[in-house]
Amino acid sequence: MTSFTDFLTTGLLGLSWVPDSAWAGGVLAVAILLGLGVFTLMALNAMVAVYFERKVSAFMQDRLGPMEVGLFGFRGGKRFWGGIGQTVADAVKLVIKEDTIPADSDPRLFRFAPFLIFGAAFCAFIGIPVGYGLVISDFNIGILYVTAISSVGVIGIILTGWASNNKWSLYGAMRSAAQIISYELPLGLSLLLVVMVVGSLQFHDIVAWQEEHRWFLIHSPFTMVAFLIFFMSGVAEVNRTPFDLPESESELVAGFMTEYSGFRWAIFFLSEYANMAIISLMTAIVFLGGWLSPVGSLLRLLGIAEGWYYLDGPIWGVFWIMGKVVFFIFVMMWFRWTWPRLRVDQLMYTAWKVFIPFSLANIFFVGVWELVFG
Amino acid sequence: MKTAEELKNFGVIKTEEMVLNMGPQHPSTHGVLRLKIKTDGEIVSEIEPHIGYLHRCFEKHCENVTYEQVIPYVDRCDYLASMNNSHVWAMAVEKLMGIEIPERVEYIRVIMAELQRIASHLMAVGAMGLDLGGITPITYTFRDRERILDLFEYVSGARLLYNYIWIGGVAHDLPPNFVQHTRDFLDWFEPQIVEYDRLLTYNKIFIERTADVGVLPADVAINWGCTGPVLRASGVAWDLRRAEPYSIYDRFDFDVVVGKGEVGTVGDCWDRYWVRVEEMRQCIRIVRQALDQLPPDGDVHAAVPKKVRPPKGEIHFRAENPKGDLGFYIVSDGSPKPYRVKMRSPAFCNLSVINEIARGWMISDVIAVLGSLDIVLGEIDR
Repeated sequence: MTSFTDFLTTGLLGLSWVPDSAWAGGVLAVAILLGLGVFTLMALNAMVAVYFERKVSAFMQDRLGPMEVGLFGFRGGKRFWGGIGQTVADAVKLVIKEDTIPADSDPRLFRFAPFLIFGAAFCAFIGIPVGYGLVISDFNIGILYVTAISSVGVIGIILTGWASNNKWSLYGAMRSAAQIISYELPLGLSLLLVVMVVGSLQFHDIVAWQEEHRWFLIHSPFTMVAFLIFFMSGVAEVNRTPFDLPESESELVAGFMTEYSGFRWAIFFLSEYANMAIISLMTAIVFLGGWLSPVGSLLRLLGIAEGWYYLDGPIWGVFWIMGKVVFFIFVMMWFRWTWPRLRVDQLMYTAWKVFIPFSLANIFFVGVWELVFG
Repeated sequence: MKTAEELKNFGVIKTEEMVLNMGPQHPSTHGVLRLKIKTDGEIVSEIEPHIGYLHRCFEKHCENVTYEQVIPYVDRCDYLASMNNSHVWAMAVEKLMGIEIPERVEYIRVIMAELQRIASHLMAVGAMGLDLGGITPITYTFRDRERILDLFEYVSGARLLYNYIWIGGVAHDLPPNFVQHTRDFLDWFEPQIVEYDRLLTYNKIFIERTADVGVLPADVAINWGCTGPVLRASGVAWDLRRAEPYSIYDRFDFDVVVGKGEVGTVGDCWDRYWVRVEEMRQCIRIVRQALDQLPPDGDVHAAVPKKVRPPKGEIHFRAENPKGDLGFYIVSDGSPKPYRVKMRSPAFCNLSVINEIARGWMISDVIAVLGSLDIVLGEIDR
């Protein structure tokens, strides 16, 4: 089994008793089933991430609500589920809230734009494995596909800013366009050197290479720099602090989503947390060995033949990759609740004058490193 | 034929300027301030503050109530520094009437004023962080401000608008153990300032955002009538507590904090922020000394006049508020009500300089400059 799609189409529909006439309908059913699966995953991800974010902020800021609020008579208190009632209340509020559309806006684009942002995040999830073989479709150009499709979202952001007919929204959208396009470059360049070393764009191949050799984080000093650049650019890609200029709430009210409310606003929310998960998943897979366990990787590095290798199995693999993802999501939240925000010109400076030259130099030096040590 | 003006601009590509209304409903205008901003992209070419959304006819109100009844209105002007406001008003009327205040009352007033100054600066410091996108500092400063409000509640029963300082005295004597509670608070609070420094003041991003931004040179500051931390950050050591000592401020040992341009230019946003942080340390020193020197007993109502009827005449009295020089000009016609009251509010003058210092910077910097000026609309609009 290499992917869910292969498993369901060739495995299930290919069975001898399935008539050929059912093929088209079967493929459609598979597509719908998997689509619903991804959607459920994204919604769950947002619910859990919002709860997680509340708890992180509560621990860092002496917030009382997320520490105490219970649910349906269950007392919250200072336990790990304290504050879970807020997440449920928040979700209900967002769904039942009035969906206001400004009179002077372009109503069709205004309605459509959030779903474009959502669609980009949704499609990106198709190509990312969350464990060995646990992927909707295992593209042989996985990295290219995910980076390309996730940058489609910027069109949605510009559309929201344009369709809202609000100056603050427009500012947010313009900032967002500049920011996301700028940070695509260091992001892509950092991935490029991994691709250079592995010689494949497939996520499974990259992890297999790391299993055979070592994690890219510790492969060479240059890949470590690439990891830092990749993660920071990723934070900028998903508009999180200190790069949250598109929605900077103290300057632009709410940036490109100023005019949105209710469920459409919830779609932005969903996409933001989905994008965080995508960036964290990519960081984990490309630089931290994906579903490889740290224990097994360390043992292999030390040349110890036997030991805790059973921790590398497929079920454990999901645990490891999710652990890494949760760690990166936590780091992003940590950033958000600690740092102020950069200014537009400083943001551009960081991208064009620091990250991109370093990434370019990195590619050269990794090439040299591979020639000498590879 | 092109005119001279057209020839001058010939070949120059210019974009049209956009007028942007920042406020009165905007998260970072510190109340109901409206800034009319002319922008070229992100660059701001002109800022015009529009005020008056919170205008309550304070000065006219004063003509229709007695001198004692003005105190609640004064409290509501700078609602983050009510104690200081009523302190200045009480001192002005006392000076007009020639009342001598008991020692204990003077000390109680100074303790309250300095605690209030800490509370006000805490608000300014936290809000500055919030304006620049850091959400955590304000929760820390609010946690600490809460303890000061608890002390005020203990003393006066109220948490925001106290009506505590009367003409000729204070409403109640200090409750039991107040001195000990205050000392405990000061001992606990002093290390917290180090925490702010680590979280915000010396944060690299914060410095990048505020150093060299919105520089206010000393001469411009004086020309525009800026006072308080805004003026001191520009390097002018002008503090009325030291320059024209009122009340009993000449008995205390404290430094007038002056902006040094530690990370940028003297008078930049960072300096204005830093002056407030340092002033909190000085306030702690003053409160500690006042608690040590506090006379053990005395009737706080001893000098409260039965009837407040100042003799015919006029007075201008000013004192150092957390935001700057707060001045009251009172004309008395010998009746129980003031004939005319004029308030010189420090935040009004401090705000008026914004076009001078934030012009040419970006929208984000306008927010930073506004945060560093620390305005309170209740006082600007009156």
